[in-house]
Amino acid sequence: MSIYFTREHEWVKVAGNVGTVGISPHAAHELGDITFVELPKIGAVVKQFGVLGSIESVKAASDIFSPLSGTVITVNDALETAPEVVNESPEDSAWMAQIEITDAAELNNLMTQDQYNDYLKTL
Amino acid sequence: MNALMAPFGGWNMPIQYAGIIAEHNWCRTKAALFDICHMGEFIFQGDFESGGLEDVFTFSVKSIPLGRSRYGFLLNEQGGIIDDLIVFRIAGDKVMIVVNAATAPKDFAVIRGRLRGGLFTDITAATGKLDLQGPLSRDVMVKLFGEAVAAIPYFKFITMNILGVEAIISRTGYTGELGYEIFIPAEKVCELWDLLLSDERVKPAGLGARDVLRLEVGYSLYGSDIDEETTPLEAGLEGFVNFDKTFVGKEALLRVKEQGVTRQKVAFEVAGRRSPRHHYDICSAEEIVGNVTSGVFSPVLGRGIGIGFVRPELSAIGTPLTINHERVSMEAVVCDLPFFKDGSVRA
Repeated sequence: MSIYFTREHEWVKVAGNVGTVGISPHAAHELGDITFVELPKIGAVVKQFGVLGSIESVKAASDIFSPLSGTVITVNDALETAPEVVNESPEDSAWMAQIEITDAAELNNLMTQDQYNDYLKTL
Repeated sequence: MNALMAPFGGWNMPIQYAGIIAEHNWCRTKAALFDICHMGEFIFQGDFESGGLEDVFTFSVKSIPLGRSRYGFLLNEQGGIIDDLIVFRIAGDKVMIVVNAATAPKDFAVIRGRLRGGLFTDITAATGKLDLQGPLSRDVMVKLFGEAVAAIPYFKFITMNILGVEAIISRTGYTGELGYEIFIPAEKVCELWDLLLSDERVKPAGLGARDVLRLEVGYSLYGSDIDEETTPLEAGLEGFVNFDKTFVGKEALLRVKEQGVTRQKVAFEVAGRRSPRHHYDICSAEEIVGNVTSGVFSPVLGRGIGIGFVRPELSAIGTPLTINHERVSMEAVVCDLPFFKDGSVRA
């Protein structure tokens, strides 16, 4: 399974035509203690870099953007009652939604892990 | 210590150490240590009445008993709040005035301009201030400084020798918990910081946690909830205004009392975990009726809480409001203060 990143610090893990989405450890750390996650509705159709949901911490509120276009097929309900999981396990337990990918070519607009690591150094 | 630092009121301040919620929880259950050296301290020495100090604030200075402190306001002629502050009666003819950092230079100039005599000095730079707050803070203080601390009631203070210098230990704070504010000469503040942290019940906390703690008990933050455009009457703080004495701004406040306020502070709770935030709109029946001045996710209550100003007819407890900002919308209900009612502040 490959992982890709957006410039807005979302990640997507791609397996076949399904993408699992979350926010990067860098984003979780920058936001601080996460207090609320707004998840998309199952069946919602999202565009690449369009709003997928939102996330709030003690310090800030921020939109979550979809790394790829597609249809939301699953969401991680557990985050609604335990948003702190985003701080504890941003790249695993705190996945936010799964998307049925419309256009795999959009992956070209995302960064690989190495590219994202380099990008973080520029911030 | 790995603190996240940020500029605040011209000072470089610790925002957080372990994390805002962890520090908040530590303060509510143990004892948290805050570096509050940025706050301003002034000394007035002289005759309060002939020197003019008696008429400067919304409360009487001369009637503060020795060893006690009092909270209130410095107002402008229009009744707007130049600052909220605490005055400590140190001696028969001497008080210490503790003010907010960002407003300290202005406060000093305004107060000096209203005095007719006495000696008025700014001791901010020479004064360190640490706050130890939390239900275990008394036990820690007694262990380090002796039984004299145990007997200090709320809003009283003692002067005692700490680390070879004279310090003021005041039973006040900004968290809603049992706690102390310690004023000590600046050159000893690092040593005091290390001494307090040597007790394993004490952990450092930053301004981020302090803001959550103060909002949970409904304390106003100067610059957000109150400012020069806001009167104590609108802000629900009339209890700290003594209309039986003379003070600058009194005539304006009496006019407001006669005509009624055009906006009123409200506290509200959100149905859910979203946080209302400063400048979000407060709406009723699709119409903007006010704005949020402070808002946060309350870790003890598990939901969003906030303070804002609305038209007076919408300020009754139980009034439903909607908090809006761009795509975000949350239902809220006006409630009473404090939000968090189980603090140890008067323990």
